[in-house]
Amino acid sequence: MGKRIGMEVAIAAAEAVALCRIDMAAVYPITPQSHIAEHLSDIVHNGQIDAEFLTVESEHSAMSACVGASAAGARVYTATSSQGLILMHEILPIASAMRLPIVMGVCNRAVSGPLNIWNDHSDIMHVRECGWIQLFAENGQEVIDMTIQAFKMAEHPEVMLPALVNIDGFQLTHMIEPMEMPSQEEVDKFLPERKPFAYLHPDKPVSMGCFNMPDIFMETMKAKDMALRNSKKTIIKVWKDWAEIFGREYQPVETYKMKDAEVAIVTMGSMGETASVAVDEMRKAKMKVGLVKIKLWRPFPEEEFKAAVKGCKTIAIMDRAVSFGGVNGPVAAEIKSLFYHEQERPKIVDFIMGLGGRDVRVEDFISMAERAKKKKEDTFEFLGVRE
Amino acid sequence: MSIVQNFEVFVPKLIEKREFFSPGHRACQGCGEVVALRLVLKALGENAIISNATGCMEIISSAYPHTAWMHPYIHVAFENTAAVASGVEAALKALRRKGKISDRYVKSVGVAGDGGTADIGLQALSGAVERGHDMIFVCLDNEAYMNTGIQRSSQTPFMASTTTSPAGKVIPGQRTEKKNMPEIMVAHRALYVATACPSYPIDLINKVKKAKNTAGPSYLHILSVCPTGWRSPSNETMKLGRLAVETGIFPLYEVEKGKYRITWEVGKRRPVEDYLKIQGRFRHLTPEHIKQIQEKVDREYELLLNKVKYSKSWA
Ligand SMILES: Cc1ncc(C[n+]2csc(CCOP(=O)(O)OP(=O)(O)O)c2C)c(N)n1
Ligand code: SF4
Ligand SMILES: [Mg+2]
Repeated sequence: MGKRIGMEVAIAAAEAVALCRIDMAAVYPITPQSHIAEHLSDIVHNGQIDAEFLTVESEHSAMSACVGASAAGARVYTATSSQGLILMHEILPIASAMRLPIVMGVCNRAVSGPLNIWNDHSDIMHVRECGWIQLFAENGQEVIDMTIQAFKMAEHPEVMLPALVNIDGFQLTHMIEPMEMPSQEEVDKFLPERKPFAYLHPDKPVSMGCFNMPDIFMETMKAKDMALRNSKKTIIKVWKDWAEIFGREYQPVETYKMKDAEVAIVTMGSMGETASVAVDEMRKAKMKVGLVKIKLWRPFPEEEFKAAVKGCKTIAIMDRAVSFGGVNGPVAAEIKSLFYHEQERPKIVDFIMGLGGRDVRVEDFISMAERAKKKKEDTFEFLGVRE
Repeated sequence: MSIVQNFEVFVPKLIEKREFFSPGHRACQGCGEVVALRLVLKALGENAIISNATGCMEIISSAYPHTAWMHPYIHVAFENTAAVASGVEAALKALRRKGKISDRYVKSVGVAGDGGTADIGLQALSGAVERGHDMIFVCLDNEAYMNTGIQRSSQTPFMASTTTSPAGKVIPGQRTEKKNMPEIMVAHRALYVATACPSYPIDLINKVKKAKNTAGPSYLHILSVCPTGWRSPSNETMKLGRLAVETGIFPLYEVEKGKYRITWEVGKRRPVEDYLKIQGRFRHLTPEHIKQIQEKVDREYELLLNKVKYSKSWA
């Protein structure tokens, strides 16, 4: 049985990593990820797990060391934020092309400039196309659970792709929450030892990372895309296995009070909790508003999202990153293209909000839903900016 | 004639007979870098994992679905080879300790060009050596970014003409001198540091073996003649390597725990002109330029001799 705990979420994330019996971690500190780095080093230095802990000199090297170690057959973990994620950007698509099941915690923080250490989703949106499985955690419990689940998803022989868990910086990382920490026996039962398809060793030499000429590159890209798309089946299966052992259920898209909703608010990450309070308030005021929370951002759960908003006339999207000079924010772009071919498509209203730690209150979600409802057509606006 | 007859008897005692780099790769005719690589791999033997930087040796050896590598091999990117190799080393350590792989000592080896080592790769290399990984890092120095078309690097010699340090009307080629990588590695307290050149194969092999037997970080800086980039005749590669050593431009030495030692005494050094004049990259030099180069080489050589004389092992 797991144990009820009250713990800072970043510390809990590190504890979850330890339960996965990693062989190596390579981490470079950055706010708000630092507590993961620090606690992981405590865990290794105190002999709680038998692993190598690499205090690399940069995030670029953190990801590079993870690639090397994962290619040699190890179970590896890293975590970062914002500038660190962008510094390692170059290596992320290489890790996925090499089909290495690295797991990473991304403690979401705004991207400079100007420098800002607080929470939004601009970091992950910068590396959206990296070919990794991308999950969004809503609370501390989901951070623990998804971190453990990510290893199983990534290492599954039908997937073999790296996976990252988005953890809102401060909003989640620095919160002390009541959570259930699974026991080692439970995790061992859920997560088998990694069995690499091939690994670097003179016992059976292989070459990894050979370059592609134009005659094969397209095929490689399609294969990678298919692998990521197909991973959805396994991801859902892993969540079923999880529910059986731990009793907590996960879905690619979660809904709240969506049954008869005319307006759907769409969120990713920790803001889902505030939004659900707003939905309750609006329901009290007889507004037919529901909430759709995207938990799986890559591969994008197309059918699940469509099913979640079926019959709904207005979709109000919370985008926490700017696509500068683009048509709208990244989440809206995804959802608009999803509905382009539909006969009966909902009105899609995009709100850029909560950038760089700007508070998003219950009232903001209420105003967002009201504004979206009144709109005649698709629009895009910044919400809560002082003019 | 008699040496050739007895080749099969004597040479395998000095040089591993097996090949670890297969023929059919795409290196240019007379490429010194690939000769250096072949010798390094022979000296390593089979118990090694190679992490390789983007660059000539990667491009000529690994066009999917082909590979020239008999060792376990990984290429990830240009600047991160030392970090990749440090990850490999950490994994080998952890997995072997935990009984997840066979109980066999395997060396992690990073291989990069001069750009992948001394310029864009320097941060990752500095980090890996500082962390003390049990690994060898091999710099195959052909004195420019050859893979991308002969652009200058921090290892391009003074006044050499490259595509980004051209011999112009106002500026006669490269304006800087070679950054001293071996010295930088000694400053990191790398346990074993050495220079080598494939024109001296036994010396090179001995150094690789020493590095392999060093439990901790070691660094090999190997001068590799590149006929394409140096604009030298492709049948003069071995000779050019020898001239680099005999002129004192590229002395062969090793540094064991801080103690410098010349491994190939040259006696009276030849004038640098002997080396410069057979290379197109130095074609534009005037006698005055050559004199300047000679002075710099003399100065550097003196500095090295001083280190040999005064350095002490920290062991
Ligand atoms: C981040 C990055 N910048 C630039 C390049 C382009 N590039 C590839 S190889 C190379 C030069 C390689 O030079 P060196 O390391 O000396 O190896 P050589 O080809 O000379 O053996 C460059 C500039 C790259 N691949 N990645
Ligand atoms: S360009 Fe130079 S280093 Fe590269 S393969 Fe050709 S000869 Fe060798
Ligand atoms: Mg070079």
